[in-house]
Amino acid sequence: MPIEELSEDLTKVPTAHPAVRFDRVTKRFGDHTVLDGLDLEVARGERVTLIGPSGSGKTTILRLLMTLERVTDGVIHVDGQPFSHMPGRTAGKLVPASERHLAARRRRIGMVFQQFNLFPHMSVLENVVEAPVHVLGEGREEAGLRARELLDLVGLSDKVDARPTRLSGGQQQRVAIARALAMRPEILLLDEVTSALDPELVAEVLDVLREVARRTDITLLCVTHEMGFARDVSDRILMFDGGRIVESGPADALLDAPGEERTRAFLSSVR
Amino acid sequence: MWDGEAARAALPTVLEGFGVTLVATVLAFAVAMVMGLVLALAQRGGPAWLALPVRGAAGFVRSTPLLVQLFAAWVLIPGLDAPTLGVLVLGVHYATYLSEVYRTGIDAVPKGQWEACTALSLPRRRVWRAVVLPQAVRNVLPPLGNYAVSMFKETPLLSVITVHEMVHEANTFGSTHFAYLESFTLAAAVFLLASWPTSVLIRRLEARLAH
Repeated sequence: MPIEELSEDLTKVPTAHPAVRFDRVTKRFGDHTVLDGLDLEVARGERVTLIGPSGSGKTTILRLLMTLERVTDGVIHVDGQPFSHMPGRTAGKLVPASERHLAARRRRIGMVFQQFNLFPHMSVLENVVEAPVHVLGEGREEAGLRARELLDLVGLSDKVDARPTRLSGGQQQRVAIARALAMRPEILLLDEVTSALDPELVAEVLDVLREVARRTDITLLCVTHEMGFARDVSDRILMFDGGRIVESGPADALLDAPGEERTRAFLSSVR
Repeated sequence: MWDGEAARAALPTVLEGFGVTLVATVLAFAVAMVMGLVLALAQRGGPAWLALPVRGAAGFVRSTPLLVQLFAAWVLIPGLDAPTLGVLVLGVHYATYLSEVYRTGIDAVPKGQWEACTALSLPRRRVWRAVVLPQAVRNVLPPLGNYAVSMFKETPLLSVITVHEMVHEANTFGSTHFAYLESFTLAAAVFLLASWPTSVLIRRLEARLAH
């Protein structure tokens, strides 16, 4: 069977599987262990927020899912299929995924970065249209129309032709959100998306994300220090420290009545 | 000492040579830009088995004199006329420098740009063509311009393989009319008039890109 058909098959999976499953995932950078045998499941459509002190491994989880980093040990599954790994030559054995395997699967995942990472030499519209045209194979006109809709959703329909460098940080981040959504991801990763913003620009970005959460059934994984936002959008909050989950629970419960001393200390430090 | 009559007589010959110099510079620089990019991509984006020999060959060309390369090519590559050969040798020589310039420009593209491309699943070819190279080339426009000027000033070397560029013409005029002072002074003046404004333009460009 040609590779293309095979990958087509793998995308049609039953919905019973969790959207994301980390199976004893370890990530080391040199001698430094960032994640230590992490088990984690995120259901389809679930909104999960990762909180915890910096260096606790939250961002690494997102970067592993976006394939910006490779796991040291353990396997990541997406939609019940091996994601970080693929079947090897011997039956039942998994080997680290090839670039081709990853390329076929990472499309369903989108990411918004702390530093926006817009393409500075392209207009706002070109930024949003780029991937739908060159990855999904949409026509320019079709992609352009949808890009305008998305830019309207993030409140930037008047900035379509502007260069990203002419925009405020909050506006740039809203373009980045539209750009990620243009790929119609099933899973959206938000990596400290307001951390690089001036305080008065944080609200406009979070409002847009609340709207996205309300209007779509996208699976959300976010790392943030904005506890109000975490409370509004999350079904579940995970408290991280030292590469392990210290505590997890429904947003209100965990934020209002944390069970662990470590969580209490962290929450009082960010409030 | 200075013979105004002779200078006036030398001017058309020198200017004719300048035409050759200019065409040689433009063509050789075009060769250098394209080939330099290919060399840079082979070293930065290509597989390891390709990168190493390419780096070695480029290093070899860069560390031997252009004059020697011209003579060597003149002797070893038959069947090409002098101007074509000169343009190719000059172009290849400078390509090895420009590949380093491109590499600097590529390395200066922030890591976040690559990560955004991964997050958008852009195919590798598209990443280079639409995202990395446009920014890399923008980063290095000023050094590219400086290399163009310095290549322009090295074209007199082509006279050793009988290309009739400006200095060659000035020399011929000088020997036939015994007016070396006038013909070479004119050639020098034309070089100055062409390079200086170009350098100023490049510096302006540099200042504008810095913002």
